[in-house]
Amino acid sequence: MNTKFLITVLFVASSFLGMAQNKFFTKKASISFYSKTSVENIEAINNKALAVIDMASNKIEFSVLIKGFEFEKAMMQEHFNEDYLESDKYPKAIFKGSFNEPVPAINITENKTLTLKVSGSLTLHGITKPINTVAVLQIKNNVISAVSNFKILLSDYNIKVPAVVGNSISKEIEIKVNTASLVEMK
Amino acid sequence: MKRILLLMIAAFSLEQIVAQDTTSMVSGLEDKITSEKVTGTFRSTRVINSHSTEMLHKGEMDFRILHRFGSVKTGYKNLFGLDNASMRLSFDFGITNNFMIGIGRSTLLKDIDIFAKTRILQQTKGENEMPVSFLVAGGYIVTTQESLAPKNPTIVDRSSYYLQMIIGRKFTPDFSMQLSPMVLHNNTTLNATDDQTIIGLGGGMRYKVSQRIAIVLDYNYAIGKLDATIKNPLSVGVDIGTGGHVFQLHFSNATGMNEKGYLTQTTGDFFKGDVRFGFNLSRIFRIGKKQKTASQYLLPTLKEK
Repeated sequence: MNTKFLITVLFVASSFLGMAQNKFFTKKASISFYSKTSVENIEAINNKALAVIDMASNKIEFSVLIKGFEFEKAMMQEHFNEDYLESDKYPKAIFKGSFNEPVPAINITENKTLTLKVSGSLTLHGITKPINTVAVLQIKNNVISAVSNFKILLSDYNIKVPAVVGNSISKEIEIKVNTASLVEMK
Repeated sequence: MKRILLLMIAAFSLEQIVAQDTTSMVSGLEDKITSEKVTGTFRSTRVINSHSTEMLHKGEMDFRILHRFGSVKTGYKNLFGLDNASMRLSFDFGITNNFMIGIGRSTLLKDIDIFAKTRILQQTKGENEMPVSFLVAGGYIVTTQESLAPKNPTIVDRSSYYLQMIIGRKFTPDFSMQLSPMVLHNNTTLNATDDQTIIGLGGGMRYKVSQRIAIVLDYNYAIGKLDATIKNPLSVGVDIGTGGHVFQLHFSNATGMNEKGYLTQTTGDFFKGDVRFGFNLSRIFRIGKKQKTASQYLLPTLKEK
């Protein structure tokens, strides 16, 4: 009787442990960015970013196609690809990072919000720079998702803005990341 | 010894970090791109004078101001042609992403021109590759200046029509080329001996020298009987793009800025220095509805505790 109970406990515990160490992914993460100036607000979104969050190794990776960013103005989208990001030469933006501390055990059935520090590097326009930010992991109704915000400087990534439009494009760009619901990788 | 050992350990662990960094977790998730539109073949909807493979997007209006000065051959007394200017003002509209119309007026012969252009094939890359873009343009030009022979010509006499195909390809991110054969019919010709129907073989090229500056070339070879004084139009220039503006600065032997004007009424010989400085200025305005924006997507944002 005692041994049976122990085995059950161990079994349950190990399954929880296993859950905590799982890898999650999505092909539908949203990455949006915002340039705010007194002249013009510019924003674009890409809803087809790839994301993998590996709880076991604490690793995070995002990959997004530059051409997939949608703008309010089609012409702006064309210029963004042609003149600013040169997406023919640098088709992707990639973030590789990790949680600064181990992710606590996650039970998918238990609603919970975790705020975790993330550090890593963003490769954009052929240049890799470190990024430090905070990610919020949320488990709600058996769904796990993550969001994060951070800012980058265009000059860090050698993205040149001509003087004529210098007032309408912010030097600092705010980036919002939302994985929506993550799927467990099997 | 200890130091060397430590260094070696450090080097090894560093190597491991680097090695780990190159492994990508997302690489297995990537979908194959079956078809991706190739955009930005040319900077503007015109190479210089000729229609290019570019289209306006739906809801865009392109206000174009074109200038052609006098021949640089006229020398310093005429400030190398800058004393004389010929103009064309036009408004082009993107009705859909694949259909546009436009209306323009030139000071030369007080021509009014209208056109429609449609894209039938769009160059794409990926698995379902389409190697070229294919467009068709058609237009009508009417001369409104008086004192044309015969006396009191009717509107029909003063009319010209053209139909053009445009086949273009962006070969590399920097280099694009297009061919644009055209059939042009003038009801009244400039010289009595000129053929009314002329075929023009157009060729256009663009080479990007920097992100925003490109060298462009626009040439038309006329087939049909034209007076010896009529030359094939050749224009060479630079495109400078800044946001919603495109500046095209160039040298051309053509003064006419519509299809009839440049194909059948160009008299300067480019290679004898009978060229004129010119510029095209294009400013695109959005008059239609905008596309969906980031903030219009309902993004659930989580608040930190």
